[in-house]
Amino acid sequence: MALVQIRDVYKTFQRDTQRIDVFTGLSLDVAQGSFTALMGPSGSGKSTLLNLIAGLDRPTSGTVRVAGADVHAMSAAQLAAWRARHIGFVFQQLNLLPVLTAYQNVELPLLLTRLSKQERAERVRVALGVVALDDRIHHYPRQLSGGQEQRVAIARAIVADPTLILLDEPTGQLDAKSSQEVLTLLQRLNSEFGKTVVIVTHDAHAADKAKTVLHLEKGALIERAAVGA
Amino acid sequence: MKYLPLVLANLGRHKRRTFLTMASVALALFLFASLRTVVTTIAAGAQFGSARRLVATNATGIVFPLPLAYAGRLRALPGVQAVSWANWFGGRYGDGKRFFATFAVDPASYLEMYPEIVLPADQREAFLRERSAAIVGRRLLDVFGWRLGQDVTLQGTIYSGDWTFTIRGVYTPSDPVINDDMLIFRHDYLDERMNRAGFAGWYILRIDDPNNAAGIAKVVDDQFRNSSAPTKTGTEQAFNASFATMWGNVSLLMNTIGMAVVFAILLVTANAMMMSARERMGEVAVLKTIGFSDRRLFGLVMLEAGLITLTGAVLGLGGAKLLYRATNFSAAGFLPGFNVNSTTLVVGGAIALLLMLASGLVPAVRAARLPVVQALRHVE
Ligand SMILES: Nc1ncnc2c1ncn2[C@@H]1O[C@H](COP(=O)(O)OP(=O)(O)OP(=O)(O)O)[C@@H](O)[C@H]1O
Ligand SMILES: [Mg+2]
Repeated sequence: MALVQIRDVYKTFQRDTQRIDVFTGLSLDVAQGSFTALMGPSGSGKSTLLNLIAGLDRPTSGTVRVAGADVHAMSAAQLAAWRARHIGFVFQQLNLLPVLTAYQNVELPLLLTRLSKQERAERVRVALGVVALDDRIHHYPRQLSGGQEQRVAIARAIVADPTLILLDEPTGQLDAKSSQEVLTLLQRLNSEFGKTVVIVTHDAHAADKAKTVLHLEKGALIERAAVGA
Repeated sequence: MKYLPLVLANLGRHKRRTFLTMASVALALFLFASLRTVVTTIAAGAQFGSARRLVATNATGIVFPLPLAYAGRLRALPGVQAVSWANWFGGRYGDGKRFFATFAVDPASYLEMYPEIVLPADQREAFLRERSAAIVGRRLLDVFGWRLGQDVTLQGTIYSGDWTFTIRGVYTPSDPVINDDMLIFRHDYLDERMNRAGFAGWYILRIDDPNNAAGIAKVVDDQFRNSSAPTKTGTEQAFNASFATMWGNVSLLMNTIGMAVVFAILLVTANAMMMSARERMGEVAVLKTIGFSDRRLFGLVMLEAGLITLTGAVLGLGGAKLLYRATNFSAAGFLPGFNVNSTTLVVGGAIALLLMLASGLVPAVRAARLPVVQALRHVE
């Protein structure tokens, strides 16, 4: 059974008198342990799809099922707890709280667990080690480069060992070299640690790293042959 | 409390703003405690006094005198055991910065009326013997470093000119109704110098039964109702209270000012909290994405408001309590026993709590209700 099962999802936004139908009957499966790139023109609904999977938004109708949970049917409180357990999310920018150090930012998801201070510290160090930022632990976001900031955000997304890592244009603001680093890191997370990754990107190079590439066009999916592996 | 670093980091974001907000809360509660203590000190003073003493003043107002001839007529009334009288003497000593009360009294009857004025027998006799003699409270003696037998000169403000008294006695009060910050001298000295028959500022009556106080007061007032100087008679407690508040309804004034100040500070605090909340919508969305629940975010924002108001309250209320105690503050003798009492601290704490709710509630609800998707779209 697929990790993510989206069935017959409709999503409509109502802005004043204007009605925007983003999805009209979308269905999609994401397999456990896959690395999926989601591409498509601006406004095609990539972010909306990611938000639906993360339970940040609800479908107008249809079902969103992640790891056996009916995300579309959960209450706000249930969703929060569920997200803390299952989802690691990375945005294009402004992921980090500027008043917290890299360490404190990465620790945030662990505050929601029962782990002791000691155990939290260990996990944070491991996560920052995976993204190769052991030496920036006590730096504030303003003291980090854009690429480093995104790696801290990825460390935070993996620190609680989530079922699924979702990234919405994580390299959108980065130069080629930093992008490359971030993508290589994601690839390692997928191949070495078996993490399921879904990444929204405009960058064809980024898509190259993925095992599966999905194209969204006007709310409909076109699957392309998986490149590499 | 593992969330404390997060809350503290948020408070540290705009250090100056946080400091100013805390300082306004502290100042507001300091003022509140001070103003309320003026009221409670006056009220406490009014509780002292003997139920067996009545005070008769001129019905027109305490600053208007009564004829000395009333003394005999009062003494003749049923239920009245003893009568004495006193006059307020406005006087300045030295630069006048240190105020103290000065009374001209009928010496023998006054000391008899107030056994709370404890005076050694020889000093009492000296006071009764010598027309220009005065007795002073222990505290006053210490404040100015006076000695027994010393001549002290006051500038009269109501009775002009220099007035020189010889300190013949130092009293210690046996009860808070008498404060130890007064200079008491002889009425006949005043009359002689003014070359007049004299009058009384007010009369003090000792009655046989406290339960008859209201009845006797009425008899007194009826007695002089149709004279040129009608009286107003009440208990000593009531007199003490009215004496302290003779500039008007002090407690109402104090409470009004207090509430106005607290309200002004509320606006300042609330505004600061709103500002911080607006700036942080994106961060709230990030926290929600991580899995922070609406309720938790509500709590975190409230905690932040609570820390600001609580710190302010501790500084303001604690500061008032300690400051007045350490400096032995008494408003230059006007308000002996000035002490921020525990009721004031509790009420102040309750105000701080209300401040926290009023300033934190709106931002906290807003953070809790914030739809993540909407907030993220505004950020990008
Ligand atoms: N909260 C919302 N209210 C109204 N309309 C919305 C909302 N969110 C998305 N839309 C609309 O839905 C459509 C899909 O938006 P979405 O953000 O998912 O696109 P996208 O594929 O992520 O685009 P981009 O590549 O620019 O990020 C757009 O037309 C957008 O204007
Ligand atoms: Mg998008």
